[in-house]
Amino acid sequence: MSDAALPAAQVVRPSRLRRLEPVTFLWIVLIAALLVLVAAPILKMVVISFEEQDTGVFTIQNYVTAYGRARYLEALRNSLMLGTLSAAISVVIAVPMAWAVSRTDMPGKGFTWATVLAAFIMPPYLGAIGWILLAGPNSGWINVAWRDLTGATAPLVNVYTFTGMAFVIALHSFPLVFIFVKSALDLISSEMEDAANILGGGTWVTMRRVTLPLVWPSIMGGFILIFLETIALFGTPAIIGIPARINVVTTQLWQFFEDPVRVEVAAAFAIPLLLVTIALIAVQKLLLARKGFVSQTGKGGERRQIKLGPWRWVLFAWCFAVAMLSVGKPLTVLLQASFAKAWGRGFSFDNLTLRNYQFLLFEHDMAPQAVWNTVWFSGASATIAVVLALLVAYIVVRRLMRFADALGFLAMAPFVIPGIVMAIGFYAAYAGPPLSLYGSALLIILAFASRFLPIAYASSQAAIRAVHPEMEEAARILGSGRLHAIRKVTAPLLKTSLLGGWLVVFIVASRELSAAIFLVGPRTRTMSVLLYDLTEQGNFEVVSAFGGILLVITLAIVGIGMKLVGRDFMLRRE
Amino acid sequence: MPRLTLSGLTKAYGRLTVVDSVDLTLEEGEFVSLLGPSGCGKTTTLRMIAGFVDPTGGSIAVDGTVLSAPGAVVPPERRGMSMIFQSYAIWPNMTVEENVAFGLKLRKLTREETRRRVGEILEVVQLSHLAHRYPAELSGGQQQRVALARAIVVKPAVLLLDEPLSNLDANLREEMRFEIRRLHDEFRITTVYVTHDQAEAMATSDRIAVMNAGRIEQVDAPHLLYTRPRTRFVAGFVGRTNLLEAQVTSGMLRVDGIALGPSTQPDGPVLVSLRPQAMTIHEAQPPLAGPVIEASIAERTYLGESWDYVVQPHGSALRLRAAAAPLEAHEVGRRVWLAIDPRQVAVVQ
Ligand SMILES: Nc1ncnc2c1ncn2[C@@H]1O[C@H](COP(=O)(O)OP(=O)(O)OP(=O)(O)O)[C@@H](O)[C@H]1O
Ligand SMILES: [Mg+2]
Repeated sequence: MSDAALPAAQVVRPSRLRRLEPVTFLWIVLIAALLVLVAAPILKMVVISFEEQDTGVFTIQNYVTAYGRARYLEALRNSLMLGTLSAAISVVIAVPMAWAVSRTDMPGKGFTWATVLAAFIMPPYLGAIGWILLAGPNSGWINVAWRDLTGATAPLVNVYTFTGMAFVIALHSFPLVFIFVKSALDLISSEMEDAANILGGGTWVTMRRVTLPLVWPSIMGGFILIFLETIALFGTPAIIGIPARINVVTTQLWQFFEDPVRVEVAAAFAIPLLLVTIALIAVQKLLLARKGFVSQTGKGGERRQIKLGPWRWVLFAWCFAVAMLSVGKPLTVLLQASFAKAWGRGFSFDNLTLRNYQFLLFEHDMAPQAVWNTVWFSGASATIAVVLALLVAYIVVRRLMRFADALGFLAMAPFVIPGIVMAIGFYAAYAGPPLSLYGSALLIILAFASRFLPIAYASSQAAIRAVHPEMEEAARILGSGRLHAIRKVTAPLLKTSLLGGWLVVFIVASRELSAAIFLVGPRTRTMSVLLYDLTEQGNFEVVSAFGGILLVITLAIVGIGMKLVGRDFMLRRE
Repeated sequence: MPRLTLSGLTKAYGRLTVVDSVDLTLEEGEFVSLLGPSGCGKTTTLRMIAGFVDPTGGSIAVDGTVLSAPGAVVPPERRGMSMIFQSYAIWPNMTVEENVAFGLKLRKLTREETRRRVGEILEVVQLSHLAHRYPAELSGGQQQRVALARAIVVKPAVLLLDEPLSNLDANLREEMRFEIRRLHDEFRITTVYVTHDQAEAMATSDRIAVMNAGRIEQVDAPHLLYTRPRTRFVAGFVGRTNLLEAQVTSGMLRVDGIALGPSTQPDGPVLVSLRPQAMTIHEAQPPLAGPVIEASIAERTYLGESWDYVVQPHGSALRLRAAAAPLEAHEVGRRVWLAIDPRQVAVVQ
């Protein structure tokens, strides 16, 4: 009674050919791609740090040069201090917010979420520019108002200081701590706290002895991530730190790239950044993995909101203040400046103009090109990253190959490599002969794809894990080949999450500065690089207008993402 | 010619042999279960039949054509089989109808023919009214029916099922058991059914193959498996039993000196399986021809459908489990007589 519709089943294939499945071939292609994108740049960077310029002879002179001047060592120390201070401020800002949103009856939770999302989306260098307009020592809004009010001559606040810079960085980094801590708090059941209460612990004792220890690893995890982001950050230290004569590792690396370019010394100087990052990521992994308690404690427990009484308004005031400082005020002054003839003249009708936008969009010789560059570099790199990540994740998750894990390791490796280090690696490996890709679109796209591969990989891996292999097997046993099954069954199921991954990579790539600045040529500048160049020229009205354009593009993409993928697609953990 | 033949089928992962020279033959239209404890290699065997796993030894043939042998495996899509998975694997991006039509489309049937056959099979599994729903809108039992319909509609040479009922709750499981048997009686598709639930295997199968540690211990009809287990493992795994060390002396089987009946075994020690149901408890000595033992009740537990007694034969340290109907209540410590049905005494290896 069986259908003879699948006649091929009658044929025996003593196939040696089966050994050379397409998967094997694909695996070789992927390994090659990952070597080009990930391994070669890093290895090359390490290698040239031991080479003499031009001759390539082994030397340790680069290290002697890089660590031989007090100024360079101070940059190193400044970076470490800046990272610590920013991370500490972020924790102070974010932990009360996370607790309030997760566990209490504080009003305005939606508003707080929106704040976190907005602070996360806003490129940090735009925040820095906003804060220059707010807290510049002479004409910053806050200081002008302060002088008008009190008649004092000294400024109230000054952004061009070490703490000012740390503060501005923290205002755009705290969302990471918020997300870490909130997801940990979400998993603690009220019963655990009740258990402590019944034994006689008051609210504060319970919080100190039970709740805090449970979320401590998450707080530390967030702290470490922000520390690492800060020491690898280029935009804010360049925009605020250079005028303030505060030198950090990233700005010092940038100076090694001024004429004459000393890549070898830069490479040597970047090594500590790489080592510190690798070490701390390892520590963070240990912290979050040890005991694994957070995930186990959440089982089944019910979660009640803590009634705060009047205190809930205090917490709300805190969240509101953070919203104002991180997003509200900087954005207001940026918008004002972008529509102003001279931003210092304040809000008045005769100060209003569209000149800045008009200038950028129709008269500036580089701005429209930069907008286009940003869109297409981001789009291309997001596509490469997602396709590569998807194929690797598929092979790894489905265990199609013996050495699949090697692929996964390479795909995740850029996670422990600061963007600026990656950029130096790409410069060292591909900028000069024989490929001479310096300044080309290809080089930037590849660097972006490599840098954000881990984001794409993590989301692809999660997506593929969520599709049961039996889904595909069910198609195959009914007569469809491996590729047909992937096309008909797996791909449609992955579509949404892949789109989400693509959009996230697009957004982070579109605002990327620290890698781009080392790799762009005159015609391949991205919006972020051009924005930085404009900042150096000091015309803040035009800078603000350009920032406005960048924000509109970002918001459009975020909007599309929320509509197609879901509201939380940017802030999902991992 | 048998429909499906496994001969010496072996699978090893490194040095670990998980399926160990399995021989099994299914006639056309036969329903055979692979029954065994977790990790004994049932799924691996089934997936080798489906072509998802390559054997390291032996072969699989359908209608005399070898489909799997080490190094030469016809891929799953060209075997003309169907499989039902533990997770159902209903594609959530397709409606019930599209799910069921998938295999037919691949067989290049005309649109008319496809629609007709999908309609028919949905009728059979009583899902016609849900044809245009998406799987997310179906209950577990309904999803199971979709999986059945999708697998049966292509009229496969062999149907494979891997613990298809393990995700259902107890009542539904019982219902689906009968459903599966009903569909088999209607279509008579040669079926291999994997389960670790013996009630399920008994209710559905023509024959059951009991697996242990990668080997098949016994293949028999359900009632024979129960009453005449051939190995110690089968006796213990299928139903509960009393495993007793016995002696054969001059053609007579004895446990602790108590004669259980004649035996064809050579003289020497043997292992005997004696089901709780093979004994009846009497308060007075019964006038029976078979073996009767004087004993006393040591423990008792009431299980609702039956009594579970532990009885101790007089002059012996043996403790035997015996079952009795609910009204047959005997006090603990009471002197009783145990009548043993000699046909249900099985010598095992
Ligand atoms: N890919 C693999 N690599 C190594 N060992 C494997 C692999 N697949 C299965 N095994 C091992 O083979 C043995 C048999 O597995 P199998 O899945 O066939 O068991 P099963 O009888 O279906 O059990 P269950 O009832 O739990 O489903 C197990 O010990 C398992 O750990
Ligand atoms: Mg199994």
